[in-house]
Amino acid sequence: MRRNISAIAVHGILGLYTLLALFPILLVIFNSFKTKNAIFGAPLTLPTPSTFSLVGYNRVFGDSAVGSYYVNSIAVTAGTIFFTLLFGAMAAWALTEYRFRWNTLLALFFSIGIMVPIRLGSVAIIQLVVSLNLINTRTALILVYTAQNLPLSIFILSEFIAQIPKDLREAARCDGLSEYNIFFHIVLPLIRPAMATVAVFTMIPVWNDLWFPLLLAPTGGKQTITLGIQQFLGQYITDWNAVLAALSTAIIPVLLLYVVFSRQLIRGLTSGAVK
Amino acid sequence: MSSPHSAIVGMGRATYLRLLVFFLAPAAIVYTVFSIYPLLATIFNSLYLYHSETKSYDYVGLGNFTTLLTDTTWSVPFWNAFRNNLVFFAIHMSVQNPIGLALAAMLSLPRLRLRATYRTLIFMPTMLSVVIIGFVWQLILSPLWGIAKLFLQTFGLGFLFAPWLGQEGSALITISLISVWQFVGIPMILIYTALLAIPEELIDAATVDGLNQFQAFVWVKLPLILPTIGLVSILTFVNNFNAFDLIYAMKGALAGPNFSADIMGTLFYRTFFGNQLQLGNASMGSTIATMMFIIILIGVMTYLFVIQRRMQRYSF
Repeated sequence: MRRNISAIAVHGILGLYTLLALFPILLVIFNSFKTKNAIFGAPLTLPTPSTFSLVGYNRVFGDSAVGSYYVNSIAVTAGTIFFTLLFGAMAAWALTEYRFRWNTLLALFFSIGIMVPIRLGSVAIIQLVVSLNLINTRTALILVYTAQNLPLSIFILSEFIAQIPKDLREAARCDGLSEYNIFFHIVLPLIRPAMATVAVFTMIPVWNDLWFPLLLAPTGGKQTITLGIQQFLGQYITDWNAVLAALSTAIIPVLLLYVVFSRQLIRGLTSGAVK
Repeated sequence: MSSPHSAIVGMGRATYLRLLVFFLAPAAIVYTVFSIYPLLATIFNSLYLYHSETKSYDYVGLGNFTTLLTDTTWSVPFWNAFRNNLVFFAIHMSVQNPIGLALAAMLSLPRLRLRATYRTLIFMPTMLSVVIIGFVWQLILSPLWGIAKLFLQTFGLGFLFAPWLGQEGSALITISLISVWQFVGIPMILIYTALLAIPEELIDAATVDGLNQFQAFVWVKLPLILPTIGLVSILTFVNNFNAFDLIYAMKGALAGPNFSADIMGTLFYRTFFGNQLQLGNASMGSTIATMMFIIILIGVMTYLFVIQRRMQRYSF
């Protein structure tokens, strides 16, 4: 009996907290599908056939730039994930497999980036990007994000590569495979689960970042969706339909991705990845 | 790279070196050029003063730091931002992390149903962009829409409502609590994982000795997860002293009203880029970034040498 009461209490608290976590998000999404009168008149009800309206979405997607902001975000995120995984796995392989002088030192050098936020170097990053003539390009963002994410990627992938049985690599060497073939054809396929974790881990902060898009690609149509929405909201601040629709447009894709990848993400967070 | 002292059997030195360069150079170059070099260059920049008339740099040693800490044009905003950042951090430590701990403790209870559902849903706000979250809360707290007021009125507390975000006394606290709401998932997940790693027998033994669930948590589990709580604290510290997005999204670069929500990140941005009130200043921007670097370094070192070392005694 006592156990039942405390179980109910625990479910009550967790349920209430879940509501608190979801309420603001759902409120915005529901109201984005309503007419302006209904948004103000009955904000807490679901859209009904009589209050349903897509006027906000028409305004958001009528702004032709929004589509290209999505393309920018996808290109920047995909590019970052690609280079973070490829360069990260290559370095992780060399650092765990080959012995050479400076090995430990190099590993330590890479680990600085795990704790020190790259943002603090922003002044010099801008000067560098300007001098490379890369301002307002997606390339600049990809390079900076790759540099930002490499340390953690190398750290996580090294742990996984170290777990690959030594016999496997030795057998491949006896068969006459080159070191390059061993890495690309044996090691890479084996660490795919770890790479998925790193990919999810890289994806979310890059997609959501405001700082570097604001500094490195604020104009010229190369804005990411996060910055684009921020600028859009500033312009349409009094048009509630448009504001709510713009917010929902930014929220819904991330929520869908989260539902698909939440297991990988939480596994990544919990596999000692943040140490 | 260096000369290898343990090459692969039958491989020449030059071939081995080429192998190392092939695998290590891409990561090393991108990381050095876009992460380490900018950090060092920023620290270096902070030792120089830029003259816009002559477009020249003068070496001033620690002069910029003296200006930042003593010249009232700079020191008043700096100490204001530093104090606000401490408040921001204190609210995260005293609200976010205890709530995260409590949620993790409940989630890790044996035989709890819907565990994965709760965990996934409570973590959801953490996934969304800070910009979006900032705006969503701005709408909810807005007197125009009146959601917050409506809510308080349902409980007969309508008189408590105020435009919290717009008032000097409450803007920073309100923004901090919004950030807490968003990021509570991170301490929750980290502590939850640490709790799951505690062997079942230990808790069984404690229960046999007559401890109830709550006592077992306080006296057995809590000491065992202290290292994780230390990790959560340092992550909170680094993130808080590096924060920018939420305040910029809700309050703009001026972090108003009257700079009451200004923290190190917004001060850095404003100083470097300039705004309606002042011109951009790369030297002072670098100086503030270097101060942030020093603050974060002090936090990380304290964690590594004091907290983590002391906690090793408790680990398995």
